[in-house]
Amino acid sequence: MAADNRQVDQPTSLWAQLRATAGRGPAPYVLILAYAAIVSALLLLNPTTGLGTDMVVVLFLLLMLVIYRAPTMLAFKLTLGTILLAVVMPVFGVLNPFYIDVVTKAGMFAALALGLNVVVGFAGLLDLGYVAFFAVGAYLWGIFSTPQISNIVPGMEPLHGSWFWLFLAIGLAVGAFFGVLLGLPVLRLRGDYLAIVTLGLGEVIRVLATNLDRPINITNGAQGIKDIGRPPLFVEPVFQALGITISQVQEYRLYFYFLVLLVLALTVFVVHRLNDSRIGRAWTAIREDETAAIAMGIPLVRMKLLAFAVGASFAGTMGVIFSALQTFINPPTFDLLRSIGILSMVILGGMGSIPGTMLGAVIVTLLDLQLLPRIASELAALQRRGVPIPSWFDPAQYQRLLFGLLLIIMMIFRPEGLLPEDRRRQELHHDEPAPAPESKKVASVAESAQSAEG
Amino acid sequence: MALLEAKHVTKHFGGLTAVNDVSLTIEAGSIVSVIGPNGAGKTTFFNVLTGIYKPTKGTIIFDGKDITGLRPDQITALGICRTFQNIRLFNAMTVLENVLVGMHTRLHAGLWQILFGTPSVRAEERASLERARELLRFVNLDHQRNQLARNLPYGDQRRLEIARALASSPKLILLDEPTAGMNPQETAEATDLIRRLRDELGITVVLIEHDMRVVMTISERITVLDYGTKIAEGLPEEIRSNPRVIEAYLGKGAAAHGVERVEG
Repeated sequence: MAADNRQVDQPTSLWAQLRATAGRGPAPYVLILAYAAIVSALLLLNPTTGLGTDMVVVLFLLLMLVIYRAPTMLAFKLTLGTILLAVVMPVFGVLNPFYIDVVTKAGMFAALALGLNVVVGFAGLLDLGYVAFFAVGAYLWGIFSTPQISNIVPGMEPLHGSWFWLFLAIGLAVGAFFGVLLGLPVLRLRGDYLAIVTLGLGEVIRVLATNLDRPINITNGAQGIKDIGRPPLFVEPVFQALGITISQVQEYRLYFYFLVLLVLALTVFVVHRLNDSRIGRAWTAIREDETAAIAMGIPLVRMKLLAFAVGASFAGTMGVIFSALQTFINPPTFDLLRSIGILSMVILGGMGSIPGTMLGAVIVTLLDLQLLPRIASELAALQRRGVPIPSWFDPAQYQRLLFGLLLIIMMIFRPEGLLPEDRRRQELHHDEPAPAPESKKVASVAESAQSAEG
Repeated sequence: MALLEAKHVTKHFGGLTAVNDVSLTIEAGSIVSVIGPNGAGKTTFFNVLTGIYKPTKGTIIFDGKDITGLRPDQITALGICRTFQNIRLFNAMTVLENVLVGMHTRLHAGLWQILFGTPSVRAEERASLERARELLRFVNLDHQRNQLARNLPYGDQRRLEIARALASSPKLILLDEPTAGMNPQETAEATDLIRRLRDELGITVVLIEHDMRVVMTISERITVLDYGTKIAEGLPEEIRSNPRVIEAYLGKGAAAHGVERVEG
């Protein structure tokens, strides 16, 4: 806010002048509406899969960020955001099923990253085994909705899909329980030691998933669990009333899209509320200085376990959704690289920052699922036309390399992340001159001079 | 009435005895200093009182309750709070947030209340903001409330530490070298602030201090530790002329000559 005001007072560059003009009066409303209209039109009029639509989808997601940051009324932001996400995107999803899958995955990872952000960003507890809780949720529904359950409880039939709803809540509770369970042994550890032990515990869960097919077949081992149950659809009458015919596959796409959107919204709400409360302040205090936090009366054990539990609970619920969405899970899905992937979303976006974490999740997921494979296929097309590109060159294979490079570049040029929490930005650049306090400092000097005279 | 009674408190670290059989009674409403050469066990004694270390032997009675072995947060909730010798603020939090963290034990919002944003939580947050600003005004830092703690000048950081400790509404505040590294002007202001803690807020003050001018001006009683053992206790004048204290600070020769230069 303060920065914006300064720029309004004395625009220094063309960019600042432009920003000042675009941020005043009705200008931001008009600009954003125009942006939204163009992007929506492009999506709905030309829903073919291709590099062009890829770019429009990126612009669409960028629009969310623009709306979030724009100097407009909250009601305007909410209305426009809801229209775009709840109307434009689903209609586009019906026209072209590929992209809505990617967006659903991005939303899923955004919720996971937000959960990890509670542990790593808020409370400063570096957790490298976060995917374990995701696995727990996924296997929970995977086991109960398939014949696996009759191996554990003889005679028990697989649960009907309508139990899915209840399992969203059970996944939350079981995730939280495992968060506390894995949090307990690491309570005394800090920093690197904590990271190593959580990494180990995360691997323990994966290895358990691989090996718990004997003596009782609980997880079906390395083969994984297939034909996982899906919740029954209940939206058909609505579509019939609207006169739209839609296949069940597409209906499920929309169904999971909205479910993920709902859970994500809930996650943002919860994380936001907690961060702005005495609990969030206690977490930040622990992150800053554990000893001082204890001395100020913060119950360390309770607060750390709460952070682990809250973070893990979202992963548990998302795991339940993930298994129903994929209908197939196996142990390699939940390996260390997945934990690191989620962590890199948090770091890329900005540790401790809610919008930053979501941005990081969206960028990583898009790169991973959409842009890199697309570039690969475009290159292959060029190759077929005789452009001399070596056949071994496949950008999708260099995904990890690219993320590694991206993270290194980030650490050098923007260590606080793309969209950092306000406090953290100042923290990492404290050697640079602080812009605001000069006038205040003068005031306080004047004040103390007065008090010295008086 | 005794607010705090430490009885035969001993703390061993392996073979090292950092605090050895120290007994101390602190009257409610007094300002008491604990002094002693470097390494005498003063800070360890504070850490035992606030629960960061558990005493190897001995009991601590605070306000009529046995607090020996309680967790630090439980002790803070009962009404003992402290500052640190090396300033330990939450650097990346704002001045106001630092004070709000100090208020943790006095707030009661639970997880579900916070999630549902109940009116009681909102009222509590409003009240705590109000109280935090009141405390910042008390230490004259309100105009800096949105600054990051690390960006404050040294003297302000010291005062913020006191404000943060006050936020837990303590009955007893332990100040670990509150004037260390200050110039005479700042020291005078800090001394004044410490006195106001007692006179205006009615808080009992115990301080560790090396600046003898501060110790002698504001302390009502002084306890002297050396090598973890209490070697003297009494009024400032008594301590000033106590040969064992002079010996501990300046060595045997000085004590023999009766030099009264402890003040230096």
